[in-house]
Amino acid sequence: MLFRTMTAMALVLGATTAQAEGPELVINGEIPITTRAPAPEHMEYVREVMSGWEFRSPETQAFEADDFENPGMIFAEDGRTAFSQPLGDTDQSCASCHESPETLAGARAVYPKWDPEREEVQTIEMQINECITERAGAEAWGYTSQPMTNMSALLASVSRGMPVNVAIDGPAHDTWLQGKEIYYTRYGQLELSCANCHEDNYGNMIRADHLSQGQINGFPTYRLKNAKLNSVHDRFKGCVRDTRAETFSPGSPEFIALELYVASRGNGLSVEGPAVRN
Amino acid sequence: MKAGICHAAGVVALVLAPISAPAAPAPSDVVYDEYGSVAESLTGAAGDPVKGADVMANRGLGNCVACHLVSDLDEVPFHGEVGPALDGVADRWTEADLRGIVANAKMVFPGTIMPAFYKNEGYTRPGDAFTGNAADGPLDPLLTAEQVEDVVAYLMTLKE
Ligand code: HEC
Ligand code: HEC
Repeated sequence: MLFRTMTAMALVLGATTAQAEGPELVINGEIPITTRAPAPEHMEYVREVMSGWEFRSPETQAFEADDFENPGMIFAEDGRTAFSQPLGDTDQSCASCHESPETLAGARAVYPKWDPEREEVQTIEMQINECITERAGAEAWGYTSQPMTNMSALLASVSRGMPVNVAIDGPAHDTWLQGKEIYYTRYGQLELSCANCHEDNYGNMIRADHLSQGQINGFPTYRLKNAKLNSVHDRFKGCVRDTRAETFSPGSPEFIALELYVASRGNGLSVEGPAVRN
Repeated sequence: MKAGICHAAGVVALVLAPISAPAAPAPSDVVYDEYGSVAESLTGAAGDPVKGADVMANRGLGNCVACHLVSDLDEVPFHGEVGPALDGVADRWTEADLRGIVANAKMVFPGTIMPAFYKNEGYTRPGDAFTGNAADGPLDPLLTAEQVEDVVAYLMTLKE
């Protein structure tokens, strides 16, 4: 018993040291990524925030260091092609208003964000659809559809390395509070909250999974498990489903609020999408 | 005629058997003491530790090893570390304590992450198992009374 406890402690200590001195992520040898940062002030129980990258195996981590190795970048490139193609049967494209994807660098870092005209918090998917429907007059893309996730991967990729910095005060504050409440609610027959797994137990194994902080700075993520790009709300849906709960839908007010809250827990980490996860 | 009587007697025995065994209490009728222990077997009988080990390991049943290391179940891959190792647990707790912990750990450890395995109401957005859809109708507890007793019987074998 004593022996086992000591082994367990050694393992825990070992892991902490290894993480403290852990490898650093630099993409293409030129974009340094902040994968650990002091926790934003609003967080009460966590001192340091960590990208999901920190919790993955060295093999999975390596995919992200080079765009030619990162399968997520293939989808971002599809997004780049779509950027200058006509939307629906209009003669408008993203490029009609935005010269290049690079001119949108920085956008990903501040979404979800308050939209003063619509008087609501918007995710980047909602902003993309606002451009498509209201500016170009074309039909909206499905919230988690392939074109949408490709475009969000492109917008993330041109912001990589910039610090996540979503605003939680002012008019967005109520939505943020709603998201916080959802984060700490114990859903489903297993009665588990996001915090039970991603705040109280990050670093621990739950069966075969190494629990991360459930950060979204790396989204959309390419998962080796399902070999596709996964959007933030799809991931939320999967995690809520795993508590044996009735999930919320992608694009729902609940998931928008939750996204703002979870994003704010990553303020200070770099935008890292499209990241690679298992 | 003789054969007929025999047959009839057999049927009576079959019908009587389940009636003579006490019915398991509904989850809400389980009696917990002030420490969260449950003195009475939920089935009125002892559980089967071999079946209990399977419930502990099986992802579709208890999946206890998702959170707990159990060295005795070494052949089962991937034990978690969210909860304490269960080695020697029978030295630390009585059978009644363990029954309470398995049936509803929140009665023993307030606010614990450990799910309640013999409970079927009082949830927020209960789903239909892992489908993500709303539950349609009342839920079954995660484990049956028999399975709880089987797990308790297995935990009682974990001595150091
Ligand atoms: C039963 C445990 C559990 C609960 C409850 C849970 N998750 Fe997760 N979550 C996981 C596991 C396991 C993974 C995959 C490994 C990892 O990245 O942590 C994961 C991954 C994630 C990721 C991907 C992180 C990355 O870097 O790719 C996000 C985001 C996430 N969860 C958010 C949430 C949110 C928000 C909630 C609540 C609505 C939640 N999770 C509830 C277990 C859980
Ligand atoms: C989601 C995680 C989780 C699952 C699943 C889980 N447990 Fe636990 N269990 C815990 C935690 C955490 C504790 C420690 C109590 C606390 O402080 O919250 C615990 C405590 C215990 C204890 C007391 C251990 C001791 O040494 O004091 C026993 C016995 C136990 N669990 C048995 C089980 C059994 C049997 C199952 C499955 C039928 C199970 N657990 C499933 C998380 C879990």
